[in-house]
Amino acid sequence: MFSIQVKHLTKQFATVKALDDISFNVGHGELFGFIGPDGAGKTTLFRILTTLLVPDEGTATVNSLDVVKDYRKIRQDIGYMPGKFSLYSDLSVEENLKFYATVFGTTVEENYDLIKDIYSQIEPFKKRKAGKLSGGMKQKLALSCALIHKPSVLILDEPTTGVDAVSRLEFWEMLKRLKESGITIVVATPYMDEASLCDRVALIQNGKIMTISTPSEVIKTYPYILYSVKSDDIYSLLKDLRLFPQVHSVFAFGQSAHVSFKDEHAAGEVLHKYLQAKGHSDVKVNPTQATIEDCFMELMNVK
Amino acid sequence: MYRAEAENIIVVKDLVKKFGSFIANDHLSFEVKKGEIFGFLGANGAGKTTAIKILCGLSYPTSGKLNVGGFDIYKEREKIKKNIGYMSQKFSLYDDLTVFENIRFYAGIYGLRKKEIEERTKVLMEKLDMKEARDKLIRSIPLGWKQKLAFSVAIIHNPKIVFLDEPTGGVDPVTRRQFWDMIFEASRNGITVFVTTHYMDEAEYCDRVSIMVDGKIAALDTPENLKNHYAAVSMNEVFLKLARAKVN
Repeated sequence: MFSIQVKHLTKQFATVKALDDISFNVGHGELFGFIGPDGAGKTTLFRILTTLLVPDEGTATVNSLDVVKDYRKIRQDIGYMPGKFSLYSDLSVEENLKFYATVFGTTVEENYDLIKDIYSQIEPFKKRKAGKLSGGMKQKLALSCALIHKPSVLILDEPTTGVDAVSRLEFWEMLKRLKESGITIVVATPYMDEASLCDRVALIQNGKIMTISTPSEVIKTYPYILYSVKSDDIYSLLKDLRLFPQVHSVFAFGQSAHVSFKDEHAAGEVLHKYLQAKGHSDVKVNPTQATIEDCFMELMNVK
Repeated sequence: MYRAEAENIIVVKDLVKKFGSFIANDHLSFEVKKGEIFGFLGANGAGKTTAIKILCGLSYPTSGKLNVGGFDIYKEREKIKKNIGYMSQKFSLYDDLTVFENIRFYAGIYGLRKKEIEERTKVLMEKLDMKEARDKLIRSIPLGWKQKLAFSVAIIHNPKIVFLDEPTGGVDPVTRRQFWDMIFEASRNGITVFVTTHYMDEAEYCDRVSIMVDGKIAALDTPENLKNHYAAVSMNEVFLKLARAKVN
């Protein structure tokens, strides 16, 4: 049986079809990621799964319980971290945790083992008002509160947006440990490196799921020849690359540009000469392996 | 591109900011060159926002010397505000005003005349390909559009410096790169860009990057030099090496 099962889900708002015939399954203990641009439908989907919104068409079940008919039961068994910090800013760290434990009919002590790794990092600040915590600490507290009642399913809506790189890394290390303890985790993220850490990833755009597969499968399906190109000035490099005739796509990747060609015959040397003729110095053109980000940007750009 | 001999547009010497006994900014000293894209990085809670607020004239230093755009932070605060632009992830445009109303509002605040506002609005709408969205409320347009529009509005008066506080948070990878194209263009047009970000690949686009840890500047150099110095393959690695031990 699946942990989450979604069949032909559709949700229409006044002028926008937020979800358009979505179907997918998530297995028990799976770490399932959703990637997609802002407005793609991720938050709407999560709100339906957490029983906060009712779909217009289709069905969704969590632990075999229907999100519409059995919403009360589902709410006791899921943990949810919404996109914006939504704990009580004027309560302390400690007070927030106690509040959530009580609301779910349990105590902090009962399931403390589950959150110990996370909470111990913010425990020194337990008397501080939640609103005064830094971004990374807020996320750790929100995660602790979402776990305090030992849910079997955890739903996280962009939990690391606005969080620094170190705290992000720590957060995902915590997620991996939670997954190992059998919790099903569904997470939306704008970070491609985080998508690589999921068991499977779904790309969602304009309310539709474009693809679902493992990160390595996504990379294997990249259809074009890819080069990593460097020169002394990234901005003029990007501009000149875009003017190069057979180029399919040009995207900045840190201090290099990723350039793709549809043609079988590699254009590396021609490109090199072209850039030198344009006045670039320190030109380096090397074939490169597509990353998950290259793949998703290609999928997103196909219209 | 960083050139040591270029003109300084921001000069900070021994900036200290205390909140009670807590030292948020601990003797910061650095210069930013005209036209530079300067990345201002640090872990959450390291003191970045505190420093930015001071540079924008929104908060007073406890001590230290600051010169922003040629103006002294203590004596010419209002002149600083007129010569800078600011955009943050948390607040940029008014949700309940339309695209056009926002442009008109900000342009007016920055002192542009009616005709200038009309002209620049037209150019802006063309450039961003947002002509159809002119009369839509900000709350109804996608995040990526909001961010691009907010940036354009922040530089509508051609300021010397634009401060960007996590401008691309939560935005998809394609739109992020479009945003950075706009930053590159502004920089090439002589606007100095002071940007904070949690996307380490964006740190690589900067001419120089500073990394704050616990209220101090722990490193300041070009991305290339930083990677060499810390034997790192990426800015992400550099950041982790510097900030990992210290973060709460």
